[in-house]
Amino acid sequence: MNVALEGEIVRRLKPVFGYLHRNHEKIGENATYLSSMPYTDRLDYFCSMTNNWAYALSVEKLAGIEVPERAEYLRVILAELTRLQNHASLLGFLLNDMGAWGTPLMYAFREREKILDLFESLSGSRMMCDYMRFGGCRCDTPPGWMEYARKLVDAFPRFIEELEKLVVGNEVVIARTQNVGKLSAELAINAGITGPMLRACGVNYDLRKVDGYGFYPRFKFRIPLGEHGDTYDRLMMRVLEMRESVVILKQAFEQIQDGPIMNPKVKIRAFRPPVGEAYGRIEAPKGELGFYLISDGGTNPYRYRVRPPSFINLTVLEDLNLNPHPY
Amino acid sequence: MIGTGILKGMAVTARNFVGSYFEKDRLITVQYPEERSPLPENYRNFPFLPYDGDDPHAGLRCVACKICEKECPPQCIYIVKSEDKKPDYMGKPQFYPKVFDIDISVCMSCQICVEVCPFEAIKMDKVFELSRRERFDALLLRKSDLAKSNEYYHSICPTDAAGVDAKLAGAVAAAAKKKAAAAAATPPGAGSTSAAGGALPTAASA
Amino acid sequence: MEALEQVKSRIEAAVPGVKIDIVQNPGPANQPSLLIDNEHAPAIAQFLRDDPALRFDFCSNVTGVDWLDRTVKKTVKVKKSIDGEEKEVTETTEEHFPGYLEAVYHLYSMTQKHGPVVIRMRTPNRADGARLPSLTPIWRSAELQEREIFDLYGIRFEGHPDLRRILMWDEFVDHPMRKDYREPDDYEYEPTPHDDVLERTKQHYPARPQLDGAEEITATDLH
Repeated sequence: MNVALEGEIVRRLKPVFGYLHRNHEKIGENATYLSSMPYTDRLDYFCSMTNNWAYALSVEKLAGIEVPERAEYLRVILAELTRLQNHASLLGFLLNDMGAWGTPLMYAFREREKILDLFESLSGSRMMCDYMRFGGCRCDTPPGWMEYARKLVDAFPRFIEELEKLVVGNEVVIARTQNVGKLSAELAINAGITGPMLRACGVNYDLRKVDGYGFYPRFKFRIPLGEHGDTYDRLMMRVLEMRESVVILKQAFEQIQDGPIMNPKVKIRAFRPPVGEAYGRIEAPKGELGFYLISDGGTNPYRYRVRPPSFINLTVLEDLNLNPHPY
Repeated sequence: MIGTGILKGMAVTARNFVGSYFEKDRLITVQYPEERSPLPENYRNFPFLPYDGDDPHAGLRCVACKICEKECPPQCIYIVKSEDKKPDYMGKPQFYPKVFDIDISVCMSCQICVEVCPFEAIKMDKVFELSRRERFDALLLRKSDLAKSNEYYHSICPTDAAGVDAKLAGAVAAAAKKKAAAAAATPPGAGSTSAAGGALPTAASA
Repeated sequence: MEALEQVKSRIEAAVPGVKIDIVQNPGPANQPSLLIDNEHAPAIAQFLRDDPALRFDFCSNVTGVDWLDRTVKKTVKVKKSIDGEEKEVTETTEEHFPGYLEAVYHLYSMTQKHGPVVIRMRTPNRADGARLPSLTPIWRSAELQEREIFDLYGIRFEGHPDLRRILMWDEFVDHPMRKDYREPDDYEYEPTPHDDVLERTKQHYPARPQLDGAEEITATDLH
């Protein structure tokens, strides 16, 4: 970041990007459709399951592939588990940066580790899951997985409550987050802010409700909304969303049935979708994650575009920092 | 009153600190390398080539079709096809890989090679303590490093290995049945030609 | 939401002199898009954003696409009379389509919760510095994404407040996402190069000595 400061007050801020740029899109255009799947894990290693889902969803749209019921339920379960661990770690990192040091972060990582154990026993890898496929998921759950997951989700609210106790009434957190980094709803919409950051401004826009992809319309859950659009609201948005994720997960465990996990019509080798283009998007934990694909009928996509949530959320970084400071 | 929020937080940390001595849920780490948590059966790390029987060359299932080389996302597999052929598990003469290298400094353990392989010839290993002092040749696994026995595969992934064995045995049985049916259908005079197109009967046990 | 034809006719009524085509999408996704003319693009975008029935206030995805020049060969059988005799002759006609760079915008409405409407703009050619009007004044979400297109495809967006390279460094000359981009030969050295990577490696690096007994190097040797 190039920052002009006056004391501790930011007068100007220009983010400088590109230090981690590896031209993922070029790699995607030079790889087959299937080969891009493990690369999507690496877009955001906290949320590899949702990245997989967004890519799988786009290819399914592009090629018109149906997904079996059990696979859809598993996708919802995995996406919500991802949301839990992403939001928990985010709160931990925020408190870490605020001076609480590693303690809350380690609590968050402890809970995350349990979820990653689930991912590992299911997909073989903690973070680079590479689990979803066009037309379903790669393999079925190992025996005992669902019971372990159910137990974990039942025990998770205790952790959310503890985290809330650490955050909610804490005077330091309140002083350093309330009225800081305020964002108006108009600017948030215009600047394409998505995810919890948008909802903290009070805009009711969650793709799980709006697009109703996957089996989300089958679940009863609420969308938490903020009021002030400041850092405190954004922080609380994560706590509340974790609670809703637990609600969704409990329903999904009730509803999931045995069945096939992969659409048998889908070819794995030399997969060629018909000519056309598709844009698929999901509500990833960090915001709207979209994949825009153009197929020319070959084994590689002609154009492979990732619409990243965090990169676009950073559009307003300067505006957030320039707003009147409480001191 | 100011400070109550911080005190509440302190109570949480105290509960976590004390709890870590009594509750397994509050302390999930183990003291590696003295202690190790068991690996789940699905755990995967770097591919290997299982072979049947005792001879890594004769029992290797790979037929050098190069599908995995093409599909490998980071392009870490390098295969050179042989000029001659050797019998596979069905006894059918097939090409084999003269060179089969996997560069594990590039490999990202995504197991796409396992998924696309039509011959059950490449599987995921479970070794992870692979640090080396040298970055290039020590991390380039040759065919001799990659070939591991089917028993080893059974020891790391019993369920999958049993499934693969059943599938291959089924294929052998189906081929034998087909051959027997073909032999029964052809008149005795023309029997000698039918063996040429089918499996070689003696090599099936190799 | 209204059908795309209806949106098209509404725009034509609202913005005089505008030229819009519908680009069909043959795939199962069935998401046709509007090809808008560059001159009226800001006015069209303004209309799409502010019209009370449409209200496309959220520009989700902005991206570039590179379409190379292409030649389509057609072989037709024609009947011709040669020396008074009628004969069937095959004639090959070549049709040349010039390439272009394209900017694609995916619009959604957060207030009406509908979408998407996909709009596209095309440059007349693939020359470096081909120009398109910027839609950042209408949707700020295009700010970083248009910079990205400028960086990776080389489309200049007129009216963009801060058009600089974003992902590549400022001294970089080419546009890496173009289809005819040639990467530099020495960018990567894989220990096991093969095929064309091997050829390039041979050109750029001397043969590496085989390190026998590499495992024997001790920690003291390294210090």
